[in-house]
Amino acid sequence: MQSTPSITVSSHPSVQYLLRIGDTCLILAQRLGEWCGHAPIVEEDIALTNMALDLIGQARAVLTRAGALEAALGGEAHDEDQLAFLREEREFRNCTIVELPRGDFAVTVLRNLAMAIFLRLLWQRLERSSDGELAAIAGKAVKEARYHREHAAGWVVRLGDGTAESSARTKAALALLWPYIAELFADDAVDDAADADGLGPRWSDLRDDWHAEFGAVLAAAGLEVPAERAFRSAGKAGRHSEHLGYVLAEMQYLQRAYPGGVW
Amino acid sequence: MSETSVVSRDAAATSAAESRRARAWAVLDGVLDPEVPVVSVVDLGIVRDVVVEDGGDLVVVVTPTYSGCPATEVIEESIVAALDDAGLGPTRIRMQRAPAWTSDWISAQGRARLRDYGIAPPAPVDPAQGVALRFVPRAVAKLACPRCESTNTERLAAFGATACKALWRCRACGEPFEHFKPI
Repeated sequence: MQSTPSITVSSHPSVQYLLRIGDTCLILAQRLGEWCGHAPIVEEDIALTNMALDLIGQARAVLTRAGALEAALGGEAHDEDQLAFLREEREFRNCTIVELPRGDFAVTVLRNLAMAIFLRLLWQRLERSSDGELAAIAGKAVKEARYHREHAAGWVVRLGDGTAESSARTKAALALLWPYIAELFADDAVDDAADADGLGPRWSDLRDDWHAEFGAVLAAAGLEVPAERAFRSAGKAGRHSEHLGYVLAEMQYLQRAYPGGVW
Repeated sequence: MSETSVVSRDAAATSAAESRRARAWAVLDGVLDPEVPVVSVVDLGIVRDVVVEDGGDLVVVVTPTYSGCPATEVIEESIVAALDDAGLGPTRIRMQRAPAWTSDWISAQGRARLRDYGIAPPAPVDPAQGVALRFVPRAVAKLACPRCESTNTERLAAFGATACKALWRCRACGEPFEHFKPI
């Protein structure tokens, strides 16, 4: 069988900035989609997959924009499908936290909370992006992230302030996920460039607001903010955990095995 | 050719384009949402404009309700098919994201049709929505049951069978019902 050649993407900082957003939405959507048919109650099964759908829609729009920008910069144009299905692990720019296994329900809702707070703050800033298309995408996505945030916050409080079992599981989830939070706010040259040309904020600009909101939910849930750790993940730079490869193997299988296959 | 005849020919072309646009709006009012097949794409407020371009194409400007709404492609295909069937083609769709769709754009007729179909229509979007993070079960504005009109109702789930709906229950008549979310 002939396999589909992988693609590489422009290293231009604006393209990289968009890939970080699009890939973060895409991989989180994949993880949420895994709950389809497996959530503890049918309402939550529907909620998690609905959120996955919103995130896939956001990812499609942002990846489409990234591909168009590549072409505008004189490179090869890539469409959303090529970007999602034909890049290898090291070419993905999502934050590491979203590729971690879905874990139990506590891990899932706590990660959803962390990401919904983060993405809402980011989309809010991107509504003023110098890139009109990105600003338009953000105008829609910010409303969706707001709804996801309330859903996740409600669950974190119920579980954290719930039974001994649910509280212990939520504490364990927090301990597991916390070391990956710092990466969200670790700036590099991509952030500097986005800030300089008005494409979007430095992600470190969102740190204080994120901590205020996340901390308020933890307090209501009876959970303590964990201590800062030295560990730093670097998915945004393409250095991923051992988990992303498995996500991609499943997500990309069809396009790799049947190049150009459509429904 | 005289200047007068150019003017009158332009006027005739403009009037033909106007008439084509008006007929297109009438046809679009009959194109139903595939997931809520009682409201039209016009009722929902997702058709933002209809224009006749210089090349003669009829362009329908649409905006998505939700980023990942799976009905988007079907809606676009239905619009093109309906306009082509009515002899108004060639037709094209132009997707426009900004300004973002809001449930406030659902027409009065659309709201009445939703209610008759058993879906509680959305209240006006609260300008303060989402400003502060509310993480305790909040007192949601009283929502009337679309069947018995009692306001003794409760939300069962924040999400429903489609991206645009949440699931509610009426404590008075005991029936569950869907609510078109205000966003």
